[in-house]
Amino acid sequence: MNQHGELTPSQREIVLEMRAITKTFPGVKALEDVSLEVRRGEIHAICGENGAGKSTLMKVLSGVYPHGTYEGEIVLDGRPVEFRGIRDSEHHGIVIIHQELALSPYLSIAENLFLGNERAKRGVIDWEQTNADAARLLAEVGLREKPETRIYDIGVGKQQLVEIAKALSKDVKLLILDEPTAALNDEDSTHLLGLIENLRRRGITSIIISHKLGEILRVADSATVIRDGRTIRSFDFGTGTVTEEDLIRSMVGRAMEARFPTREPHIGEEVLRIEDWTVHHPIQQERKVVDGASITARAGEVVGLAGLMGAGRTELAMSVFGRAYGTRISGRVIKDGKDVTPHSVGAAISAGIAYATEDRKRFGLNLLTDIKRNIASASLRKVSTRGVVDAGAEANVAERYRTSMNIKAPSVDVITGNLSGGNQQKVVLSKWIFTDADVLILDEPTRGIDVGAKYEIYTIINRLAAEGKAIILISSELPELLGMCDRIYAISEGRVTGEVLREDATEATLMRYMTNSDQEVSQ
Amino acid sequence: MTALKEMLGGNIRQYGIVGALFLIVLLFQLATGGKLLLPNNVASLIQQNAYVMILAAGMVIVIIAGHIDLSVGSIVGFIGGVVALLMTHVGLPWWLAILGGMLLGVVVGMWQGFWVAFVGVPAFIVTLAGWLAFRGLAILLVGVTVSIGTEKEFVAISNGSIPNALGYIANRDVVTLLIGVAVIGLLVFTQLRSRRAMRKHGLETESAGALVLKLALVSVLVAFFAWTLAGSRGGTPIVLVIIGVVIAVYSFVTQSTVFGRNVYAMGGNFQGAVLSGVNTRRMNFMIFVNMGVLASVAAVVTTSKSGAATAQAGNLYELDAIAACFIGGTSVSGGIGRVSGVMVGALIMGVLNMGLSIMRVDPAWQQVVKGLVLVLAVAFDLVNKRRAGTR
Repeated sequence: MNQHGELTPSQREIVLEMRAITKTFPGVKALEDVSLEVRRGEIHAICGENGAGKSTLMKVLSGVYPHGTYEGEIVLDGRPVEFRGIRDSEHHGIVIIHQELALSPYLSIAENLFLGNERAKRGVIDWEQTNADAARLLAEVGLREKPETRIYDIGVGKQQLVEIAKALSKDVKLLILDEPTAALNDEDSTHLLGLIENLRRRGITSIIISHKLGEILRVADSATVIRDGRTIRSFDFGTGTVTEEDLIRSMVGRAMEARFPTREPHIGEEVLRIEDWTVHHPIQQERKVVDGASITARAGEVVGLAGLMGAGRTELAMSVFGRAYGTRISGRVIKDGKDVTPHSVGAAISAGIAYATEDRKRFGLNLLTDIKRNIASASLRKVSTRGVVDAGAEANVAERYRTSMNIKAPSVDVITGNLSGGNQQKVVLSKWIFTDADVLILDEPTRGIDVGAKYEIYTIINRLAAEGKAIILISSELPELLGMCDRIYAISEGRVTGEVLREDATEATLMRYMTNSDQEVSQ
Repeated sequence: MTALKEMLGGNIRQYGIVGALFLIVLLFQLATGGKLLLPNNVASLIQQNAYVMILAAGMVIVIIAGHIDLSVGSIVGFIGGVVALLMTHVGLPWWLAILGGMLLGVVVGMWQGFWVAFVGVPAFIVTLAGWLAFRGLAILLVGVTVSIGTEKEFVAISNGSIPNALGYIANRDVVTLLIGVAVIGLLVFTQLRSRRAMRKHGLETESAGALVLKLALVSVLVAFFAWTLAGSRGGTPIVLVIIGVVIAVYSFVTQSTVFGRNVYAMGGNFQGAVLSGVNTRRMNFMIFVNMGVLASVAAVVTTSKSGAATAQAGNLYELDAIAACFIGGTSVSGGIGRVSGVMVGALIMGVLNMGLSIMRVDPAWQQVVKGLVLVLAVAFDLVNKRRAGTR
């Protein structure tokens, strides 16, 4: 018994057991032999780096990946279960709340609560019943809003509570929360965590995925650490001796392989300086997505930006790139000693700044057209005279890049939509190199591409640095940053929380900065 | 044979639509007992469908960029009325009236472009409003009709032909034959020049056999067309020259200019275009200004054709232009389309009109047939894409 007079976690029975789960996607083993034990009425945390396999594991558990698409066994309340879909798992009382909230913005809170589960008689909605039930559920989660209020009109924190109320309406026994506090401010986070603790008192078991280790140690009873798709260790916090350091060490601590080509850095003058850069969220305009960030990059230097999902790395890069993201942007961009703060993407490109997006399909390429037109698309001025494109010159340039970047396609007339991820990425890089930028911001340049292509991309990055370009590399993979960068900035909640040189950087130090939620700085 | 395969291999979709046109022409040629391709019918086919081809050249740009324009028919009525009044009531000479009309086209385009580009109102809404408003203005201005029958030069634009200044050979107008020869020469010259440019840059080009075959086929077609027209009452219709210029200019604009590239980029991936530094606002504005200018040209052609401005002139023209675009292979969601394809689409609609009229098919049934052709063409396009497995 602990001080609250409750059973300590190890005394409770096991409610959920996932045994030897293996999940393969074409070419990738996302999960390998992962096991998980959760006891009744506890809050169990799942920790791991981006891409470790946490969300995949939860999708297996909630039936998003149905039985048969993975190997292994799920045992719930002592009985093996085989979910064919989300409906199935919900029947067993398992409800998952995704990081991206799944509420319909222009419907009311009440309508959202019972979406797909309407309070109706023969297809006709019973509004009295709907609103009465909604009011009761809202009281349970401590949300003081009318059931008729539109989702659109309430903040993310309250929306999160609506999601939980929706879970309660389904008689939830096991609640899974994927990064529930990632988008919330401190007050909303505290309220949400308090609510989860309340639910524990009512006997509801929760699994919480979070990057915020302090938060985990505060509310969770136990944790499982996953790394590279494998279970590394499970912790029992009941003994009170586990520290953030212990968690970090087991989350990282993998051997660095020879995955990165070597480079002898020749670092020159400062090329880019971003000063006191602040960006507000485009819709929730009071929320600072980037908060007073200052970074520099020098010629021939590869500078890393480390941060967890939602830390504000991409937002920083895109807002610097001619205000392609955010509102109420302040701060200065200084290039080669001159203030160039670009107000449009065109101005940023003219100033010699390039940004290769993390989402090449949505933002990076015109998938309907061919390689040569994609490569020329950001620098048409260079292959045209008085507004007329010289098709020969354009094809010629593309052909040059096809060879030098080793784009695997029979010709530059191939539609980019038909290329593999790695080759698409090479087209994106070619496009930006062709702009003659001195500063290249590469956002997750190796996301979703195979190991061989990754090595090629690394080689290209090294070559660019050797040519004297300043590279800013954004990556969620810490080994990639450690293997490639001369200097790394850590970003947490929109602020630069640390700067480390290559020789001093370890995954543990970076992770500490990245998970830093030091309140004093933000006030 | 390999040359033929290579030639067809490039773009099945484009050739598919050309094949459909041939099939329809052949079908009606048989069904009408050879009347469809009589010289006078070919000439009036062009005169009657000039407006669709002119409007479609602007509409295809609008649609590739991811918009739609529902207002062009009303704009044709409005500007047609103004041009007529400039001649009859203000007393301007015909060419000055045309210039005035085109200037008004720019203003109308700026008006609609402003709302789309700078305020962000969807083009569907802006041009639906334009459809209402400009029709209203046309009715206010014109009343019922304003006759311009006395303006001989103006009426000749859509009804007249280029003078037969060089007499006849074997009953065929020599000027028309010479124009045919010139067009063939120009085609061969541009093809060879682009081939030489590609070679100069060390790029692969199609085999000589494929090129010769392609040029031979196109030349035969142009020669046949010119020979037929040369036997018509007047020879080369003046509107054919206008259409020729429009096709040449807009093929060039869409395929070879920065403006054209940016149109495709916006339709293919709007966010991607923004992040490539395309000034999407200015582009949207320019796209609608361009549409306004082409609508004014169509207005001149339409008013000239009927010899009068009427309040209902241009009614439903927008739908003809949009249909031509979609039959011609333009993607409904933007990013894909070609001026050449759209012109073939317009011809398909024109030949259907002409053939069914010669056969004295009830106009109501003509509409039914055209509706079916539209939905079949787009369905064919979708099935083709799915089979290719691109998306």
